[in-house]
Amino acid sequence: MSDFSEELKGPVTDDEEVETSVLSGAGMHFPWLQTYVETVAIGGKRRKDFAQTTSACLSFIQEALLKHQWQQAAEYMYSYFQTLEDSDSYKRQAAPEIIWKLGSQILFYHPKSNMESFNTFADRMKNIGVMNYLKISLQHALYLLHHGMLKDAKRNLSEAETWRHGENTSSREILINLIQAYKGLLQYYTWSEKKMELSKLDKDDYAYNAVAQDVFNHSWKTSANISALIKIPGVWDPFVKSYVEMLEFYGDRDGAQEVLTNYAYDEKFPSNPNAHIYLYNFLKRQKAPRSKLISVLKILYQIVPSHKLMLEFHTLLRKSEKEEHRKLGLEVLFGVLDFAGCTKNITAWKYLAKYLKNILMGNHLAWVQEEWNSRKNWWPGFHFSYFWAKSDWKEDTALACEKAFVAGLLLGKGCRYFRYILKQDHQILGKKIKRMKRSVKKYSIVNPRL
Amino acid sequence: MDLEEAEEFKERCTQCAAVSWGLTDEGKYYCTFCHNVTERYQEVTNTDLIPNTQIKALNRGLKKKNNTEKGWDWYVCEGFQYILYQQAEALKNLGVGPELKNDVLHNFWKRYLQKSKQAYCKNPVYTTGRKPTVLEDNLSHSDWASEPELLSDVSCPPFLESGAESQSDIHTRKPFPVSKASQSETSVCSGSLDGVEYSQRKEKGIVKMTVPQTLAFCYLSLLWQREAITLSDLLRFVEEDHIPYINAFQHFPEQMKLYGRDRGIFGIESWPDYEDIYKKTIEVGTFLDLPRFPDITKDCYLHPNILCMKYLMEVNLPDEMHSLTCHVVKMTGMGEVDFLTFDPIAKMAKTVKYDVQAVAVIVVVLKLLFLLDDSFEWSLSNLAEKHNEKNKKDKPWFDFRKWYQIMKKAFDEKKQKWEEARAKYLWKSEKPLYYSFVDKPVAYKKREMVVNLQKQFSTLVESTATAGKKSPSSFQFNWTEEDTDRTCFHGHSLQGVLKEKGQSLLTKNSLYWLSTQKFCRCYCTHVTTYEESNYSLSYQFILNLFSFLLRIKTSLLHEEVSLVEKKLFEKKYSVKRKKSRSKKVRRH
Repeated sequence: MSDFSEELKGPVTDDEEVETSVLSGAGMHFPWLQTYVETVAIGGKRRKDFAQTTSACLSFIQEALLKHQWQQAAEYMYSYFQTLEDSDSYKRQAAPEIIWKLGSQILFYHPKSNMESFNTFADRMKNIGVMNYLKISLQHALYLLHHGMLKDAKRNLSEAETWRHGENTSSREILINLIQAYKGLLQYYTWSEKKMELSKLDKDDYAYNAVAQDVFNHSWKTSANISALIKIPGVWDPFVKSYVEMLEFYGDRDGAQEVLTNYAYDEKFPSNPNAHIYLYNFLKRQKAPRSKLISVLKILYQIVPSHKLMLEFHTLLRKSEKEEHRKLGLEVLFGVLDFAGCTKNITAWKYLAKYLKNILMGNHLAWVQEEWNSRKNWWPGFHFSYFWAKSDWKEDTALACEKAFVAGLLLGKGCRYFRYILKQDHQILGKKIKRMKRSVKKYSIVNPRL
Repeated sequence: MDLEEAEEFKERCTQCAAVSWGLTDEGKYYCTFCHNVTERYQEVTNTDLIPNTQIKALNRGLKKKNNTEKGWDWYVCEGFQYILYQQAEALKNLGVGPELKNDVLHNFWKRYLQKSKQAYCKNPVYTTGRKPTVLEDNLSHSDWASEPELLSDVSCPPFLESGAESQSDIHTRKPFPVSKASQSETSVCSGSLDGVEYSQRKEKGIVKMTVPQTLAFCYLSLLWQREAITLSDLLRFVEEDHIPYINAFQHFPEQMKLYGRDRGIFGIESWPDYEDIYKKTIEVGTFLDLPRFPDITKDCYLHPNILCMKYLMEVNLPDEMHSLTCHVVKMTGMGEVDFLTFDPIAKMAKTVKYDVQAVAVIVVVLKLLFLLDDSFEWSLSNLAEKHNEKNKKDKPWFDFRKWYQIMKKAFDEKKQKWEEARAKYLWKSEKPLYYSFVDKPVAYKKREMVVNLQKQFSTLVESTATAGKKSPSSFQFNWTEEDTDRTCFHGHSLQGVLKEKGQSLLTKNSLYWLSTQKFCRCYCTHVTTYEESNYSLSYQFILNLFSFLLRIKTSLLHEEVSLVEKKLFEKKYSVKRKKSRSKKVRRH
């Protein structure tokens, strides 16, 4: 492997001619001032046209990429390669990464490009700036994965893993971990394929043992590859998921739980809803006690109040004996329906309608009012407008009924949504609507029966 | 034995003190009186500028050919000489007469070497210790007096001869005693023998040669020959790669190695700047102590009347405007020979920016005709449009609005293309410049990488996109092509903007605004300020258009416009009135 040892040596002082500003004399002269300002920014030297060319070229490339003009981008790229020879050592060292990013984009989309040219480009770029070797290797592997070249990707990762050059820095260590983890992920993929194969085989099949052995071997290698990475703070969802799956498969529940708990609760890790979801699903599979499940979902509720697990959370809370849990159950439902994406969620409305009635029957009017106070200004327009009544009825009568019930309870029987649904003559729902009317009369918070 | 050929060798013989030399078969000089053979070889400097032979001669003389890795021993000035040679060749290919290269540029260069004490003098600058004292007399003013022999090769000693031996030389002429030894001592090095010393040399009163300076030499020679190339043309040809400038060193002979300090001397990373080269031209002209240049008369290309015609055609303005520009030129005295001719030995050496000035005259005429206040020109356009609609058979009136629309489109396209070409420009030479031998493999490797990457990406580019460079032309726009839908305004009449009054014609426009009201009283070079937003949009457009054509800053053109106005309205300036009355214009 060849590379440039340049980056590893001290910067070479460039012998550059000093160009001085041409104009002299007193007085304001704006164009001159402009160049003067530019001069200040780069420390006393007039900007060279070479630098102008490359920066103009860069913006042309970016523009072309933005407009998906791969052809033009490639044309400018042809010229942009000269930044690798920039006499400004700072720019020269930054060049390989920029070139890699732009060039790989172009090669990825350009109609005339192919796998081979991408591979050649990646291999070249890896060896131009040693600092980027690992990063490029990883991205190269991802490209290969994208094209379904699993074997090549794996080989690439293995090569990168064993690559050593110069000192080991901490940033490089993370990259190595990442590379290993991706390798682990690929191994997981093979493992999971083997597992599928195994599940199809009969236990008495002569091949069963061989495959089972294979499955075991893979898992051992993979866990070693992944476990290092997921200890470092970060978002490692796919890695964690596959790692846990393997641990579970081999019965190491404690290990799996530890990994998941750590992933969800370690404060050094960035806040990540998926971490809590994984943990919740795991605990659910393990049939953990309700309180434990509630405590996990409570955190998820704080991060993503609109998550679909919230309905599950609500059912858990509803069943709970604790009063504060039941109050929270109401809060959760209102929270879900605050989001535009959930407005047509019939389950949520059904839950809310039912729960509201229950709560009002249970004389917890204060709970409802507490939730309603902050929403009474905007929910009527957001959920219960005449327009919605019409369109909901047209699309989904069941949803319209549930909503109408909620509207009646919250806004009273005079509310337009409620009245509109009431007016609709529907044979099957007739009874239900009548019942609804009665309940509204009885429990609506607008005219408390005092 | 050819006696004629030995004439330029004017040394006295060391044996008999006679000056009568012949040439041996090997090309060495021998004394025809006492048959004493010198170690000197004949040189060919007087016939043509052929660096190659000179370099070979030098190399032979020093007899210090190092290993092939290090290449020949050569001097920085030889590098410049080589660049000048290539530039002269390129100019010849552009159609400039061969005299430019053989006589004018060659002699300017020799004179430069002498004035800067690098050759043709008693104590070349390279002699250590003493400062050079007097120059030999043979190139003093008297020789420049009559034009035909003006730049003929006077008896100057052959340039770059073998200076290693001195047995025959009473002057102890050792032109370049800088030896390789000094180079090995220092860590900073260069491929040329004197690169390190050259980059440190700072001597008062001596114009040091740089790559931009080579263009000053070219322009001086063009000016001397009164060739039909303006400075802006020259620089545009450089930009379009018709004249070697950027990476000119890459065509040096294989054995002339460049590295280290040579990088700073010969490596160029910027396009030449008009003002910079203009200044350098005057500097070099003064330094060379050149006599007054040949007169710029009415039939010269550089005369404003001819240049104005050229630029009127270039920007698609009616031919009839030419009589107006001539009038302005006459009134301002800018067509006078004394005003136009470059005289470096005059008290205040200055030359005229012929191209900028001609363009400024056109701008002034446009202002006289159309006022360019973002309103009057449009109302005139309305009149012209109506008239043209009614009289379709007559010669159409010039419609400023239509002209603007067509020019704006053409200009924007041109400028866009130019910007794209600039962004695509390849600066780096095939021969990478490296700092030291340690860097050499790195530099070459990097070059190889770039070439490989470029090769790879060139397959992604359609072949039409990489078509060869366009052929050089002094025109950037072409309006006479039949097939285009772009109107050609050359034949349009100015009737709409002029009115008859007896025998003379007056401009309909009776107002004028001055580009600047005050001129700096101090002696600084700048005249006025140009802040775009203070001026009308049409004026801005016209300045942008012209300054793009000349590749100069708009402020420079604005300055020139102000100078023309200053000459034209001299009285108004002394009274300091803002608006001037209408100006009578006689139609020719």
